[in-house]
Parts: sequence; structure tokens; C-alpha cells
Amino acid sequence: MASRMFPSRDDRIQPAEAPPVALTIDGQRVSGLRGQTIAGVLLASGRLSWRTTSAGATPRGVFCGIGVCFDCIVTVNGDRDVRACQRRADDGDVILTQYDDLPGHDDQPQHDELTRRDELPGAAS
Amino acid sequence: MTGVLVIGAGPAGLAAARAALRAGASVTLLDSSDQLGGQYWRHLPDSRAGVREDRLHHGWDRFRALQDELLEHPGCEVVPSAQVWAIERLDEGLVVHVHVGPPDGNRRPSRELTPDAIVIATGAYDRTLPFPGWDLPGVFSAGAAQALAKGERVAVGGRVVVAGAGPFLLPVAASLAQTGARVLGVYEASRPRALARGWLPRPWRLLGATSKFGELASYALSHVRHRIPYRVGHAVIAAHGTDRVEQVTVARLDARWAPIPGTERRIDADAVCVSHGFTPRIELAIAAGCDIRPDRFVRVDDRQHTSVPGVFAAGEITGIGGVDAALAEGAIAGHGAAGGGADDPAVRRDLARRATFTDFAARIEAAHGIRPGWTGWLRPDTLVCRCEEVPYGRLRETGRATCSTSLRSLKLSTRAGLGICQGRVCGRTVEDLLGRESPGGLLDGTSTDRRPIASPVRIGELAAAHGRHTSAATDAARHQHQ
Amino acid sequence: MTPDVVIIGAGIIGAACARSLVRAGLRVTVLDRNAAASGTSASGEGNLLVSDKGPGEELRLAQYASSLWPDTVAELRRELGADFPSLEYERKGGLVVATTPAGRDPLLAFAESQRGAGVDARVLTVKQALRLEPDLNPAITAAIHYPEDAQVQPVAATEALLASARLGGADVRVGVTVTGGIRAADGALVGVRTSAGDFSAGAVLNAAGPWSGEVSRSLDASLPVRPRRGVVLVTTRMPHRIFHKVYDADYVGAVGSGEAELQTSSVVESTAAGTVLIGSSREQVGFDNRLRVSVLEELAVKALRLFPFLAGASVMRSYGGFRPYMPDHLPVIGPDHRVPGLWHATGHEGAGIGLSLATAELIAAQLTGGVPAVDPASFLLTRPSLAALVPEVA
Repeated sequence: MASRMFPSRDDRIQPAEAPPVALTIDGQRVSGLRGQTIAGVLLASGRLSWRTTSAGATPRGVFCGIGVCFDCIVTVNGDRDVRACQRRADDGDVILTQYDDLPGHDDQPQHDELTRRDELPGAAS
Repeated sequence: MTGVLVIGAGPAGLAAARAALRAGASVTLLDSSDQLGGQYWRHLPDSRAGVREDRLHHGWDRFRALQDELLEHPGCEVVPSAQVWAIERLDEGLVVHVHVGPPDGNRRPSRELTPDAIVIATGAYDRTLPFPGWDLPGVFSAGAAQALAKGERVAVGGRVVVAGAGPFLLPVAASLAQTGARVLGVYEASRPRALARGWLPRPWRLLGATSKFGELASYALSHVRHRIPYRVGHAVIAAHGTDRVEQVTVARLDARWAPIPGTERRIDADAVCVSHGFTPRIELAIAAGCDIRPDRFVRVDDRQHTSVPGVFAAGEITGIGGVDAALAEGAIAGHGAAGGGADDPAVRRDLARRATFTDFAARIEAAHGIRPGWTGWLRPDTLVCRCEEVPYGRLRETGRATCSTSLRSLKLSTRAGLGICQGRVCGRTVEDLLGRESPGGLLDGTSTDRRPIASPVRIGELAAAHGRHTSAATDAARHQHQ
Repeated sequence: MTPDVVIIGAGIIGAACARSLVRAGLRVTVLDRNAAASGTSASGEGNLLVSDKGPGEELRLAQYASSLWPDTVAELRRELGADFPSLEYERKGGLVVATTPAGRDPLLAFAESQRGAGVDARVLTVKQALRLEPDLNPAITAAIHYPEDAQVQPVAATEALLASARLGGADVRVGVTVTGGIRAADGALVGVRTSAGDFSAGAVLNAAGPWSGEVSRSLDASLPVRPRRGVVLVTTRMPHRIFHKVYDADYVGAVGSGEAELQTSSVVESTAAGTVLIGSSREQVGFDNRLRVSVLEELAVKALRLFPFLAGASVMRSYGGFRPYMPDHLPVIGPDHRVPGLWHATGHEGAGIGLSLATAELIAAQLTGGVPAVDPASFLLTRPSLAALVPEVA
């Protein structure tokens, strides 16, 4: 068993029936209830992690749950670094998980090659 | 009319807003959440409102009464989803910079407020000490379990271990149980002697603090009902699993909180919720220029007035005292911010109630305060800074290699505390660990609590405000010339 | 044992001087009233630039410094081992662009003059610039590529230079405040009085950065160094999309300006941690370190002129610091002609990280009677541009 939503019919506090919302995370459809946070929707669907860390490439999900730790950040409709535990899910939200690799030295445009070829007359060498 | 800005709509902020209104001020109440109540009264959103929310909360009726009075009062502007991202100290006074809109949104409208008085009531969040495996999914702060249970009716796991230190572990376990999780045990690090030292010397105080006593008693009852084992002098010293928690190791601790070898025991669990106390959210108070006490709470006088004229503080940022203290302090602060006198009849009851709780924080510290032996459960590869993935070993090696006595230098050369949470989670732990490596202590007089940018702000939002200021200034100039 | 030299200030200038003097065989004590690497050296981007300097002595010093960095980084790594934090030295190159039609010709002329002084300054077409920086605003009007511009992590560099000096025998004392000088009968400075007692020395080197005016005054010799505040914004980590130090040509104007009011000019670059730094402002507001939102907003506006995609990036932190500003924009490196025994290595404004190694070599050569690699005359207090600003000591 994992994270999940407490079934409303068993719940002593008797939550109101909320309309459903559907979002996608990395293209995969997940549904929840209006008023849930994105983290709430994901956890209720049994998903415990979504971000991948930059150095160790390890999975992360919710840690603090109250907007302090930023572990749960996702890209929402193109906006990066949105705390999933703070943002309410909107119907149709397009969520992308984040994996921000550290800058390597191999991903840069090749200066030397470029500048040799494109050097202009008159430029110092 | 005095304009009072209240930052934070937890118990202290709500009480402050009401007291200020009753004293005749106009009030603007901000909270980063879209609902009132703070972490303490965190509840289901309107779309899923619970008919019997009171069954999950202490003092729910009190909250409803507060909320209703504020929402109906014509002198009160409640601004939910309002993120204060900076407080600027200009020669003319304080300017509070706010973005209003969905959390971490983009192109949010900004507001700049220049109130006559401010009440800062930003609360606190869990302090979780690092342990091997605490970065695995399935490890939560206790506050996360609580927030998800109360605000979403989501249980973070099916078989859950609760661990750490402090009375807060009890309501967390109770909430988990009431959300359908099986709580395998609550492990309190402090040993019976410390607990007795903290809680027993002044039992009459507990009698005075009736509601806190009643609250704790009801959690104890809830534990009996859900058959939750409560073990003192124990800690979760490691979590295990490949890409999520599968097991935890629990061990007995000595009085210094060092794990006692040979007492380790593995427990199958799919979630673990850990809290070793609280960290007050004092960055806005620091930004406003408020004096901070050596124990890292905001310094206030009898009227909850800080060292900065017109700035008051209430609730957990002035000392961990629980909900009753927060309500009393909030009322005193709000009354003072509205210009009310310190001994007006309106706050007499609150002054008496506050006095009841003055040593609550000291008792929590005596009973549950973090003891230095906890580093005994760290390993060189245990992450200390979760954001920048800085392991304990690197922190120590860098401290030794550089002989640095500068927190700033050590942060920059290890990257500990420089990630997106800006040291909110690891800051105090980093200071503790680095301080141990440098015998004379850290010298540069800074702290990880200083965050002039209190919440991330998008560059486009900053740029848009620049245009607006300029045109506003031009408009003002044009008016003057006309 | 009496040290040959007491250095006041354990920032990068003091640290580099300590290392060079120790290597020259001198006994060195370094004093700092705070911790090492906790002031200006911990508040900047770590620029090692030739691109922002026009022909002249400071450019020569920068070119000399630029030649020293690669070997020094390798030496430090050998001396200090792999556990020491990386200096993150990277010769990433600078890309200077003009963002207005009016800015185009002055930039091209400036680059031309630099080429005359031996700077590798390559004029690029917009298309070529976009190949180096694909997310750059295509509306730029001119671009110059400076392959020699480099970057270092300034705090790690300071700590490494200091650790190396310590290995060579330097005594580093932190938390020690200098309160005054000790004079010999002939008026020569022969030591300093401090909060931790007296320190005698053959020479006293003032390397206190923006505070060196204050230090100098406490030693009865005025020095026109003033703090010039700067603010840098730091974004959250993001995918790597900025590959050089990219700045707006008006940066050169702002560096060279003496205006007291706020000036900002955009300097944008990525760090090894994946964050983006956005600088930088220049204001003369004393040691006032209060946050000013209007400064942040102006930096944001100018950053978007270079990289429009940054509009959605989040700023998570800003940090401010104080540059040691000299009214004639040149550092002071050498003996104080008014007070025998007093030396200065200060006033580098925003170029101190880059110039630190060259400054240290110049100090060491002058103190030990060696031949400096760059003519020190332009960096002495006796230079004509300071004539009106450096009163003789009574």
C-alpha cells in the first residue's frame, strides 16, 4: 500500500463531492478532485516521486508539504519551479517533471571550431 | 484611521487582525495560501468542504468565528494567495512587496503596501534533522503528513512510522490514523528523564494552560483508540529503499541522542514522517530590520512590538508556544498595532493568557530540544543540503581543508544552503555542523535566516513592475506640473 | 617571531599577496577583523576579464593576471589536493554586445583599440553571435567575442590562496581588528595595534578592500577608497542555455563612470551549479546594504534585453557587496610614499578577483627588490590622476 486518498464515504468529516479535474504529467493522464493540490492529485494516484535531482539523479516528491523545501517542484503549463504542494490543480494542467542536469563542458557550442571558421578579417588572432 | 497590515493568517494573524479591527483600525490581511487558518487550521478547500471539519480540529468553532468576523468586517481586506516576496526599508519607511496569484505563478499582479503598522505572524515549519536515506521518496516532514491529511485527506502511506521530537508528533500520528493510515509507532528521541524535566517541574502551569493540556490529553486518547505504540528514547536513524522507502531502522538513543549500537531494529514501512522541532519563519522580520534574539526568535516587548517602530510580531516567530499563546499574542499585537494601549481592558484577558504560556517554549526545549549526539547517525554520504545534494562528508572536509570560519564562505564553497529552498530546510543544521568544525565558532555574523528575497520572483514580473513604477512616477511628476 | 609583512585583510587580494610573499621567502601574518573570504570576495561573480578594459596599464595588468591564472589553478590543486573545493576556473570567454544602434560604433571602435593592445577581440556578425549564444536576443546591433575572458569561483579561490599561504608558513588570524599603527622614532610604520595585541612587522600591507580607506586612516594616512555597492541576482537552477559571460556594452561605460547614482548594466552568465547570475549595479551609498527593489527591477529589465527567455526564470536570491572604488578607476599597488613601511594593495573596484594574482606579484617584486612584470608607476599613489586626492601626511 502507498500514499492514497481517504475514501470520502468512510470519512467522518464528510467531505463534499467535488467535481473531477484531469491533468497530464509527462503526457500521462491523472485525475483528481477540484481543490486538490497537484501534489495531492499525484500522491492520491499512488505516485510518490516526480522530480529528478541534478547531481545524483535520484527521485524526489513531497518532503515538507507546506511550501518550504521546494523538493516537489514541477513545470506547470510552461512555468518552471512550481511547488506542487502549493498549487491547486486546474483541469487540463500540463505538468512536466523537472530534471535539470548540471552544466557539463560537452554541451556548449564549440567556440574554437566556430571562431576559427568564422573569424572576420581584421580580427586579432 | 490607522492602516494595519497583518502578514500570515494562522491563529496569531487572525487574532491580530480581529483585535486591530476592534480597536478601530483598517486591516489588510495577507496569506500565501488561498484559505485562512494557517497550518494549524489547515482544512479542505471549499470545493470539498467537510460537513464535520470540527472532528479533525481543535477549536474549529473559534476559527470559524474569527474567519466570519474578518470576512464580514467592512474595514478588513482579506487578500488570499498573496506572497510577500520582499520588505524594503526605505528612509521613508517600510514597503511590503506582494505578488497576488497562484503559488509560483507567472505574470502575477504586484502590490506595494506602505501601512502605518505591520503585524508579522508568519509561523514556523518543521525542523527535520538529516539521517541516511531521508532524501528517499516516502520520507516526509511530520508537517507534510499533517497538511496532506487535513488539507487533502491524503494519507502519505499505508504503513507509517512517525519519529522525531516534540509534542507535535502526537497530533500528526492522530491525523494519519484518522486518514486511514496504519501508524506503526511514534518514536520520540527524548528520554524519560528529559521529558520529565521539561514537563513536570511546574505542573500547575499545565493546569493554567487548560486548552493545551486538553489538546495533548485528547491526542493521547486518540493514540489509545488507534493502538499506536509510543516509544521514548528512540529514533529513526535510517531509511532504506531503492527509489522509495521500504524499511526504516529504529534505534535507542542515549541522553545525548547518540544511537546506542546493537539496539537497531528494522521495520517495514512505506512512509516515515519526521520532525525534530520547529524553525520559525523569520526572514520577513529580518527584512523589516527586526532584532532577533540569540535563540533565533524575533525580539518583542510586552506589547509584541519588535525593535522596529510600527512593526509587531506574534505567534511562533516569537517563540514556540502553540495555538493559545499565538492567539493571545496576536490579539495583543493587533491591538497595539492599531494604536491601543498596553493595559486596555480589551487585551487584559489576552495578557493573562499569554502569561500562562510564557515558559511553554522553554519547557518544550528542555523536554524535546535537539541534543548534540544526533550526528552519530550521520554517514559521510548522508545528504545535509537536499537541494544541492551536499553530503555530510564534504561539509566536514571543506571545513577542515579551508580552516574557514565564515558561514558565507563555507556555503559558497560547499553550496550547502544555496539551492532553491535557500537553506530553509538545512540552514540551521549546516550552521550547527560547520560551527562544530571551527572551534571559535563562525565569525561573519550572518545567518542562514537572512533571505532578502523571501520567495522566488520571476524576472519578467520584476521587469514588468519596473515599467509600472516608472510610469507611475512619470504620472506623479506630470500631475505636479499641471 | 616578528613577521616581515603584516597583511590587513583576508580577501582575495590579501590571500594572493600572502601566498606570493611567502613564496618569495618572507614571513607573513594575515589579519582580518572578520572571517576570511567573507566580504567583497564573497559578493561577486568571479570575473577574470580583459574585455572591459581599454588600452592602458590596467589592461596590461589584466593581461598579465590572465596569463597567471591557469598555472596557479593547477599549482593550487597539486598543493591542496582533491578534497579542496574546486576553483571552477573556466576560460569560458566573454561576449559583449551592443543593444542599440547608437551603441554599435563605440563598441566596434573600443574593440579595435583593444586589438591594438593585444587583446583577442573578435567581431562577430549577429548570426555568428547567435551560434555562440542561441538564446541571445537577435535584435543586438554588434557583438565582440573575447575568448580570453574567464571565471573563477571567488570564494574557493580566496580560500585556496590562503590555504596555500598557510602551508608556506603564513599565520592567518581572523577576528582581529586593527586599531592603529606602531611608529618608529623616524616615523616609519613598524607594526599595528590590534584587538589581539600588537603586531610588529617590517612592512604593513593594507588589503582591506572597500574598508581600506578606514584602515588607512587608522594608520594616519588617508586614502580615497570608497565603497561602491553592487547587487547580483541569482536564479534557480535551469537547463544550461547561457554559455559565455554575456554583457551589454554599456557595462564598460558604467565601470568607467564616476557617477554616484545608480547605474546598472547587464552581465549575464551561468554558473557550474546551473544557476544564472544577473549583474550588476553600481551605486555609491556608503556601506548601506539594504535591499532596493528598484535596483532588482532595473537589472531584470536589462537582462531581458539580452536574453528574453529569462522572463520566466525565477530569482531566488540577490546578494549585494561593496567594491573598493578609486576615483580614477585604478587600483593602488605599492608603497605609500608618505609613510615608510605602509603598503597598499587595494582599490580594484570590481576587478579584484581577476587582478589579485598580478597585484600580488607586483607587491612581492617591489617588496623584495625584484623586477615587476608590469610597470608599477601607474598604480602608485604618486600618479598624477590622484594628485589632488592624496594629501601629504602632516
